[in-house]
Amino acid sequence: MHGMQGMRTALRHRGAWWTLLAMGLLPLTWLVWQTFTDQLGPNPAEALIRSTGDWTLRGLCLTLAITPLRVQLGWPELARFRRLLGLLTFGYASLHLMCYAWFDMGLDWADIVRDIPKRPFVLVGSVALVLLTLMAATSWNGAIRRMGARRWQTLHRSVYVVALLAILHFWWMRAGKNDFNEVWVYGLILAVLLGWRIWRRSKQH
Amino acid sequence: MLIRSSDAGFVHPVAREITPRNVFESRRAMLQHMALGAAGLGLAGWAARDARAQMKGPGVLPPLPARPSAVAGAQVLDRPTDYKDASTYNNFYEFGTDKSDPARRAHSLKTQPWTVEIEGLVKKPGRYGLEDLMKWSAMEERIYRLRCVEGWSMVIPWIGYSLAELVRRVEPQPGAKFVEFVTLADRATMPGLRSSVLDWPYVEGLRMDEAMHPLTLLAFGMYGEVLPHQNGAPVRLVVPWKYGFKSAKSLVKIRFVDKQPVSSWEKAAPREYGFYSNVNPNVDHPRWSQATERRIGEDGLLAKRRKTLMFNGYEPQVGQLYAGMDLKKYF
Repeated sequence: MHGMQGMRTALRHRGAWWTLLAMGLLPLTWLVWQTFTDQLGPNPAEALIRSTGDWTLRGLCLTLAITPLRVQLGWPELARFRRLLGLLTFGYASLHLMCYAWFDMGLDWADIVRDIPKRPFVLVGSVALVLLTLMAATSWNGAIRRMGARRWQTLHRSVYVVALLAILHFWWMRAGKNDFNEVWVYGLILAVLLGWRIWRRSKQH
Repeated sequence: MLIRSSDAGFVHPVAREITPRNVFESRRAMLQHMALGAAGLGLAGWAARDARAQMKGPGVLPPLPARPSAVAGAQVLDRPTDYKDASTYNNFYEFGTDKSDPARRAHSLKTQPWTVEIEGLVKKPGRYGLEDLMKWSAMEERIYRLRCVEGWSMVIPWIGYSLAELVRRVEPQPGAKFVEFVTLADRATMPGLRSSVLDWPYVEGLRMDEAMHPLTLLAFGMYGEVLPHQNGAPVRLVVPWKYGFKSAKSLVKIRFVDKQPVSSWEKAAPREYGFYSNVNPNVDHPRWSQATERRIGEDGLLAKRRKTLMFNGYEPQVGQLYAGMDLKKYF
C-alpha cells in the first residue's frame, strides 16, 4: 500500500488544491485555444455548447464522487477538494448557458424567453443552473455560519436534484435524435453515486 | 477684432439659386449608386470567381461532368458551402451518430459494383446497375440549399438528374401513389448498424407528385465529382424543400407502393418526425425551434442565426403541392 500512502501525502500537500484548479481549467483553456485557432469544426457554436455541457456533467460526477470515495477509502483529505470541484462545475454550467444565449440566440433576450417554454429541456437546464448558482453563492465558509448549518446543508443537498435535472436535460435533448448511448453512461455513473448515498442512509438507520 | 454677424462674410444666394433638397439628395444618391455599382461590378466578378472555386472538389475523386440545370429554382445564388465542411459534417447514422463519424469511417463502404432494385407497382421492375442508371438522363449541376432538422444549413452543388426521369422510364402502374426508398444496411461495412438508434435499413418515402417534382433530384455527385462515401455514395436522393433526413443516402431499392410508407425517423419518434417533414419555420420540432438556422461556414460564432424560409425558400416551386393541407397536422 505504499502507492496509496504516497497518494494521500500528495493530496495533503498545499500544491494539490492548485494542481486540481489548474487541471479543472484545462478544458476551458483548450476550448478557448480551439476557438481562436479555428479548430472547432464546421459548427463551432454547436461544438462549444456541447463540450461545455459535457464538462458540466463530468464535473458533476466528480463532485458527487468525493464523499463516497472519502468514506469508502477512509481518506478524509479528499473533503477539501469538494468545494473546488463544485465551483468548477458551476463555472462550466454557466459557460454552457452563456454559449447557448450568445452563440445560439445572439443574446436576444426576447428570443431566449420565447425559446425556453418551447423547449422544455432548456427550462430543465435553467432550473439546474439556478440551483447551482445558489450553491456557488453560498459556498464560502461564512455562509454556513450566517445561514446556519442546517439550512445550508438543506440548500446544498439540492445538488442531488441538480444531478437528476442534468440527466433529464441531456436525455431530453438526445431524445430528439433517439441517441441515448452517452446518456446511459452519465446516468449510470450518477445513479451509482446517488444510490451509494441511499444505501448508506439505510444502513445508518 | 473680427466680428462675424449672420449676414457678414458670407453671401447668401438668392432663394431661386438654392438647389431644392430633393434634387441634391437624389444627385448624391445617384453618385453613391454609381460608386457602389462600379465597386459592385468588380466585387461581383470576384465573388463569382470565388463561388466557382468553391464549386469544385479537391480533385481526389473522379470528376462527374454536368451542365448547369435549367429547372426553376435549381440555381440558388447563395454562396456554396466549402467542400471540406460539406464532406466532414454529416449525419449518416450507418457510420455513427457523431457528425464527424461518416467522414472518418465511411471509407469501408463498397460502391462498386452497385445496383438499385426497382420494385413494386411498376411495369419495368428490375435490378439496374449504377452505370446504366447514370446514363438514363443527362447530368445536371444544381445548387440547392440543404436545411437539416437540427437547425443548420448548407448550400451544395449537386450533380444528377430529376428523379422524375427515372420514374417515367420504369413506368409506374396507376395504383402507385407513393415511392419508398430503401438504403444500404450492410453490417460488414457500416459500423453504425450495431447501434439501435434506428431500425435498419433506413427507409424514406415521398408522395408520387413529390417524387415527380422536377426539383427532386437523384444525385450521383457533388462539387464536380462523384459523391464522397460519407455524403451517400454512389447514388442518393436530394429533396431540397424538406429536412435533410428525407434525402436518403446510398440507395439500394426504389419501391412503388399504394400506401404511405413509414419512414425510419417516423418509426423511431412519431411525435417528432412526420412523413412530410417539409422545412417550415412555423412548426417547431419539440427539441429545437425551426424558425432560424445557422449556415455552416458562413454564419460565424457571433453571427445571429438566419431566418428559415418556408419550404426552405422553394415555396414558389413546390407550394402548390400542399395547397389546402394543414401543415401543422401533416408536419
